[in-house]
Amino acid sequence: MSVSQKSPAMKPQLRPSNLAKRALPWAPPIVLLIVWQWTSSVGILPSRFLPSPRAVVSSFIELSASGELWRHVRVSTLRALSGFVVGGGAGLLLGLLTASLHWAEILLDTTIQMVRNIPPLALIPLVILWFGIDESAKLFLVSLGVFFPIYINTFHGIRSVDRGLLEMGRTYGLSGWPLYREIILPGALPSILVGVRFSLGFMWVILIVAETISARAGIGYMTMNAREFMQTDVMVVGILLYAILGKLADLLAKGLERYWLRWNPAYQTAR
Amino acid sequence: MPVTCNSSEIATADERCSRGVSVAIKKVSIAFSGRTVLENFDAEVTAGEFVAIVGRSGCGKSTLLRSVAGLETPQAGSITLDAVPASNGKPDVRVMFQDSRLLPWRRVLPNVMLGLERALIPQARKVLAQVGLAERANDWPATLSGGQRQRVALARALVHDPNLLLLDEPLGSLDALTRIEMQQLIEDVWRSRGFTAMLVTHDVAEAISLADRVILIEGGRVALDEVVSIPRPRTRGSARFAALEERILGRVLQRRPVVEEQW
Repeated sequence: MSVSQKSPAMKPQLRPSNLAKRALPWAPPIVLLIVWQWTSSVGILPSRFLPSPRAVVSSFIELSASGELWRHVRVSTLRALSGFVVGGGAGLLLGLLTASLHWAEILLDTTIQMVRNIPPLALIPLVILWFGIDESAKLFLVSLGVFFPIYINTFHGIRSVDRGLLEMGRTYGLSGWPLYREIILPGALPSILVGVRFSLGFMWVILIVAETISARAGIGYMTMNAREFMQTDVMVVGILLYAILGKLADLLAKGLERYWLRWNPAYQTAR
Repeated sequence: MPVTCNSSEIATADERCSRGVSVAIKKVSIAFSGRTVLENFDAEVTAGEFVAIVGRSGCGKSTLLRSVAGLETPQAGSITLDAVPASNGKPDVRVMFQDSRLLPWRRVLPNVMLGLERALIPQARKVLAQVGLAERANDWPATLSGGQRQRVALARALVHDPNLLLLDEPLGSLDALTRIEMQQLIEDVWRSRGFTAMLVTHDVAEAISLADRVILIEGGRVALDEVVSIPRPRTRGSARFAALEERILGRVLQRRPVVEEQW
């Protein structure tokens, strides 16, 4: 692990004790990994039940060398992203609409709040009936799951924009799109980004379920397929892939937060 | 009292004085959910004049200023700027609020540029230099002090070259030294540009040091309308200054006896 080269002038007190502080969170998983490997190699943990870490790594290398792994990752990522774009885009637009126009809120908000209480996964039987088991079913489910966190947080963000700033903007002759661009959207952005992070987590959950139920490719398919052949190592690789992809998505969202909200002192020191 | 255009500037008096608008407030009544704030309120401000409005908290002075800015709509009466109703689009009226209301997500220069075309960047930089913050153009508002933020807010108002500058207790939250500095700056800018200025403040000394005329509002009406004839630049220590401050303060603090006297 490379220790980051922060300038000593900026954070003088974070040297040796800092190293320990950074290493400490990694201690439990490393210990767990060692115990896991040891119990596997002495035979306490049968590989039919859980493969050894070494087996998982070699299976990972094998799958990625053959290119099969990347095909599944690509399919899953593409599904996740297209669902995110469709559902998130719709949530953003509808959130903007209902928060900005009173009649739109009256007309749509009650309906949206009702639909929100239906877990998207509860729709799976219907969705299979409507779309079959091809891509559109997964796109629909992921979009639906992603829609609500972004809708609600966009609505809340716009409603909580500082009234003083809005008033100031109007005295400077801002209205319509310039008012949105200068004041409303940037003011709502912190809240919208919270919605984005929520929905990214939700996105993977729904995709996993959708893929394990019906798919011909993707990480979920790979995992379920491995179950048929008792390939526990491949199953664990699939599960770990979800963890890594989820973490990457979260890092991306955090990066966006740090860039877009860099004006906000609360995000300037956030790690 | 008509404004005296300072002769130390290069521009002619006419040019400078022509920038201000006159404000006529006639029989204005404003009530919020049944509570009357202003009633049959009359006041006039001549073009280029600097008027300070003082009064206790809740006397309606801010409401008056906000209705001149078009941010409140009076239930009765009219407010006209150069005989044009204040309520319809007036691009040349600017307001400075108690809090700077800078956009936290824009750096200093873009804040000054709010509502302007990119072509006016040099002008914005010039005004920023005028308020002494040229070197902070690329900083975030969060990194500025309260006084600096108000300077940026002043610059933002000034780039538009307003005919009327409304100041709603803009220095209320600043420390004493920064305040005096800012008063100086506002006076300088007003003298060199000749716009009409209306300042709402609860600081009588501030009102006297800046304004041509001090209006005291009590119970929704003008209780005192006092011309400040002390020559500029005014020094707070002077006997005339102190006497006037004493008189206005006395009027603010002892409301009842004076009212009884009037009746």
